[in-house]
Amino acid sequence: MFEGKKAIVLGERDGVPGPAIAACMKAAGAEVIFAVTECFV
Amino acid sequence: MENQAAIKRLVDENGADNLVVVLGAADLEGAEIAAETLTVGDPGFAGPLAGVSLGLPVYHILEPEVKKAVPADVYEQQAGFMEMVVDTEEIGRKFKEIREGNEKS
Repeated sequence: MFEGKKAIVLGERDGVPGPAIAACMKAAGAEVIFAVTECFV
Repeated sequence: MENQAAIKRLVDENGADNLVVVLGAADLEGAEIAAETLTVGDPGFAGPLAGVSLGLPVYHILEPEVKKAVPADVYEQQAGFMEMVVDTEEIGRKFKEIREGNEKS
């Protein structure tokens, strides 16, 4: 599903933070090209 | 707003075809607004993505579908703690709706 994809990661302090999502995406085979931890909007 | 600009730049540089966005917000309403912004444009018409329809597939890390794609040990360690706090089925439904709506448009 994420194999070979480029992932933009928008984590949140009160939810799942950016580095945690990035670790999951890398393990799923994606390349993380952008990762932050905050509220997006 | 800064992130909107950064994401717009990344899409310009990489093209949207091979990109996915993964959110981690615990607040479902906020996550939906972010997903909408990255799919059809900024609903508040305030940021760099106002009127810009990127059409990116947006996922939430707590969706059951996403969980299945991640090795179980990594997922448990990184995101497992939030599964207790939110309704993952509901998140899965909402984000699937957003992605399917995006495909139709």
